[in-house]
Order: sequence, then structure tokens, then C-alpha cells
Amino acid sequence: MAWFSKKPRIATKETAPEAGEVSSRMKGLWAKCEECDEIIYRQDLERNLNVCTVCGHHMAWPARARLAALLDEGTFEEHDLGLEPQDPLGFVDSKKYKDRLRSTRKALGEADAFLSCTGRIEGRPVSVGSFIFEFMGGSMGSVVGEKVTRVFERAYERQCAAIIFSASGGARMQEGIFSLMQMAKTSAAIARYREVRKPYISVMLHPTTGGVAASFSWLGDVIIAEPKALIGFAGPRVIEQTIRQKLPEGFQRSEFLLEHGMIDAIVHRKDLRAKLAQLLGLLG
Amino acid sequence: MATSPQYALDFERPLLELERKIDELKALAASGSLDVAADIAKLEKKARKLQQEIFSDLSRWQVTQLSRHMARPYFLDYVGFLFTDFFELCGDRSFGEDPSIVGGFARFDGQPVLVMGHQKGRNTKENMLRNFGMPRPEGYRKARRLMEMAEHFGRPILTFVDTPGAYPGIGAEERGQAEAIAVNLEVMSRLRVPIISTVVGEGGSGGALAIGVGNRVLMMENSIYSVISPEGCASILYRDASKAGRAADALKLTARDLLEMKIVDDIVQEPSGGAHRDPPRAAESLGRALRKHLAELQTLSGDELVADRYDRFRALGVFTEA
Repeated sequence: MAWFSKKPRIATKETAPEAGEVSSRMKGLWAKCEECDEIIYRQDLERNLNVCTVCGHHMAWPARARLAALLDEGTFEEHDLGLEPQDPLGFVDSKKYKDRLRSTRKALGEADAFLSCTGRIEGRPVSVGSFIFEFMGGSMGSVVGEKVTRVFERAYERQCAAIIFSASGGARMQEGIFSLMQMAKTSAAIARYREVRKPYISVMLHPTTGGVAASFSWLGDVIIAEPKALIGFAGPRVIEQTIRQKLPEGFQRSEFLLEHGMIDAIVHRKDLRAKLAQLLGLLG
Repeated sequence: MATSPQYALDFERPLLELERKIDELKALAASGSLDVAADIAKLEKKARKLQQEIFSDLSRWQVTQLSRHMARPYFLDYVGFLFTDFFELCGDRSFGEDPSIVGGFARFDGQPVLVMGHQKGRNTKENMLRNFGMPRPEGYRKARRLMEMAEHFGRPILTFVDTPGAYPGIGAEERGQAEAIAVNLEVMSRLRVPIISTVVGEGGSGGALAIGVGNRVLMMENSIYSVISPEGCASILYRDASKAGRAADALKLTARDLLEMKIVDDIVQEPSGGAHRDPPRAAESLGRALRKHLAELQTLSGDELVADRYDRFRALGVFTEA
């Protein structure tokens, strides 16, 4: 219990994320749908929450734009802004991990692959976290694990609901065993959070795999997925190499998981805010 | 115990060769035809020196190979050496029985405990049964069932980790491999009985951690524990699985590395040359460590055990905070 009485020092940024910040990073006036190859006017796409206006395919939706759209206006408050990754192993692959972190940070303006905040959804307080998939494939190292843990600690202290939006390839190899241990740390934080009897809603986005799927993401009281998201433990390539056969169409997609009883619901992005509010009303 | 040459690792061969010569000379001496006592003594001295040379400075890749050694004691070998009255319990009560995780109640120094571990096989037939020690969701769900039973009856839990990882297959995905692992992580974090997890061979990622959330986490001297196998890491990062040695160094996955990083609490010494060279002595060493840590944990209440385990894992991670 000792560490709970110690309030973590929390840095906050009062400004809400602006859609403009995001779009300035997405170059060009036109975008192409990955699914139907249709060329779409980018402003139309953004107005449609990055869902293809032709075929309904859910494209990546950057974390800050997502939260701006889902939280009540003016309630977004970011936390844990001072957290920065280290290089505990002195890891080098084709590049030094330190340099990779530095260049990714420079390109994205984010310190690591996760954003933690509090806010409200239709007036109900929520402690929220979201992966920033663009940051090294949303891989989970110590900073991500710590922020996820704090999302649940904050929800525990404030006795409010917790929501995590997952989009991650899994553990961050460059942080070795420390990244593996984040699975245990975050899952333990959820075990403790259950005591306050407030809902944890896990929203699985494309893709959610590996150590992230096999820890806090699959521990939601309610688990929602976006349409056609790839969700599973092992990546399709690893499975194909192991069993030496092609995987069936639609394997490990949201619809497949729903059919196998592994998630509660598939929710279209345009309905997400309303569905979250409904659940918070029923369980919160 | 001499290692069967069919399992020998390359760097063990010079030593095994020498030992074979010694055995031949001994047979000759026994037949009484020649007096070779002096030669035997000389060769034995040489063998000890060679063993010392080879094993005093193993590379991380060599340790990885030792951790997977086909003659290395597996979970059920340790059960035979360290426990009495073992009663195996099977099945997850919803889909099937997964023999790649074995568990049951037994006595440790007379005291009833839950013992549970990954189980590998030593030949094709055994490995078909044990799926090379790679559990499916049923294995993890059985593990959960048994651990909750242990808590119900107030029995300490001793787990033994030795897996390349959770099985990546179609059925495993359909039945929720990730969910099964996740639930174990949560459940283990709140059990009110002592848990000691020992990595006895390979600690392969989430599939290992799923029975590894202990108050104490120990590692046998020549075991490894890693977020990804060196081969997997090499094929992703260097696009070449043959660079596994380099990946092993980058991942820092040996017992010594992990003790230094404070991920594990204790290293269990193995007999010179590795646990497979003298399994009874390896088991004795493991038994001593388990006894010591279990005695310490048994002074704690259920609340204290949960808090102790929580604090242990809460502290893991390296970052800075401005």
C-alpha cells in the first residue's frame, strides 16, 4: 500500500489537442484508401473521422485527434508529460535505440508511444490512455507501461471509469526484459483498480497484438473493437511460419474474434462516443 | 552424470572427448591388463581444467544453448528430486488438457504446496505430447484454476518456467491465447499465498511470464529470460536469424544480466558444466534456494504477500521524469 499514499508528480498540459496539429503532419490534399484504393479529399476524410467515405474502411486515427473528438469539449487534460524513455540495455540494431528515440520524437513531437489524460464523456469523468501507433509501432516499453499503470492509478484515486485505446505491435524489443515486465505491472494495476468497482473499457484498434493484447488490453470489463482490426497474440507471419500454411481470410480480425466469443462488440467509429457514454451510464 | 554425446553442444565436445578417453582408460585399468592410474589422474586434472576454462566465461549465446540443452533437467525431473506425494491435476474444465504445463499438489519438506511448470520433451514422441513446452490457452487456464485452488486451500505456489513461448497456432488464437495469458497476470498479482517462480531453462516472453508473477523470481545459473528469442529478435532487427548470438548480447538475457537489472531476486548455482552434468546436485541447489525464500515469505500475511508482489512489479521499468 505504501506507494499509493505517495502522489506522483503530475505534469499537465491544459491545452486540448487541435485537429490542425494533426493535419499539418498529413501532407497533401488527397488521401488514398488502403482498402478500396479510392482517392478521397483529405478534408472529407478527416471530417469522417478517417473512415473511408466510399467503403467505410477504418484508417488509422491519430491519438490526439481521436481524443479531441471523443471527450467533451474543453475537458481534455494530459498527464505524465514529463516521462521520457531511457535506453537501459544500450541497445543497437541497424541504429542506436537512443538515436531512434531522438529522431522519432523529432518527427512526431511525442516523447513515447502513449498519451495519458483525464476528461469527461457526456459529463462523466474518465481516466483515459491511448497508444500513439506512429511512435515505433506503438511498442510498449517502460514509459508506455508506466503511463498505462498511472491511468489505472488515477482512475482508482478518482474512483472513475478507465478507458484504454490500444494500437500496438506488442513489446518494445529494444527495452528487452523491462518491456516484458510492463505486462505484469499493468495487469496488477488493473487487479487493484477492480476494487473501486468502476468500469474499465478496452477499445482495441488496428492492430493490437503481442504483449499488449496479452495483458491490459484483454482485461477490459468490456472489450470493444473497431471493424476489421487485426487483434491477436502472435502476428500472422509468425503463425504462418510455425504451422507452414496460409491463414484463412479474416483470421484474427475483429469479426472473427466476435464470432469466437473473445470480444464484446464491434463499434463503428462514428458511434464510438455514444456507445462509450452509454456503457459509462450503465456501469459507471 | 556424463552427457550423452547425441545431445552435446559444440563447445562441450572437447570435454566430452576427454572424458570418453578417461572412461576407456578406467575400463582398461579395471581389466587389470595395464597400470594406467597415473595417466588417469593426469587426464582427470586436465579435464577439470578444461571444464573450468570452457564454463568460466560463457557467451550469452552459449548460455542460451545450455538453457535449451536436451539433457537439462526439466520440471518433472525436479518434481522427482525435490517433492514427495505428487498428485497431478489435469484440464481447464472448459476445453481440454494441455500437457505442456503440468501441475499438481505435492509435499516440499513435508509441507503441501502447488507445484507447476512448463514441461518439454526429450524426443519426438514426448515433444508431440508436450508441444515442445509451448502451451495453448488451455494450459494457462489450467494453471489459473490450480493457482486459485492453491489460494483457496492456503498452499504456497512454486512455479517452474521453461518454455520457448506460448504456442502461435490457429486454434490457440481462436480460443484466446492472449486473453488466457492476460488473465493469469492479473490473477497471480492478487493471490494471497506465497508464490516463488524459478526460471529453470528458457523463459520465453509472455508465455513464461504467465506463470511467473512471483513474490520472488529466481533463475538457474544457465537459464535465460527474454521478451523475445534471440533468433526472433535477429530475424526482425537484423533480418537474419543466424545473427542470434549478436541478438542474445543485445537482449542481455542471462541470469547474471537480470540480477544486475534487479528483474530477478536470486541466482541458483548449477554444478560446474551445467545442470545436465549433475541433475541431483542441481536439484539440491534449487531446493536450498526454494526453502530459504519460502521460509521468508511464510512470515507474511495474505495482505502483505499481495502488497509485496505488487510493489515488486510496480517498481520495474526504466525512465526519467522531469
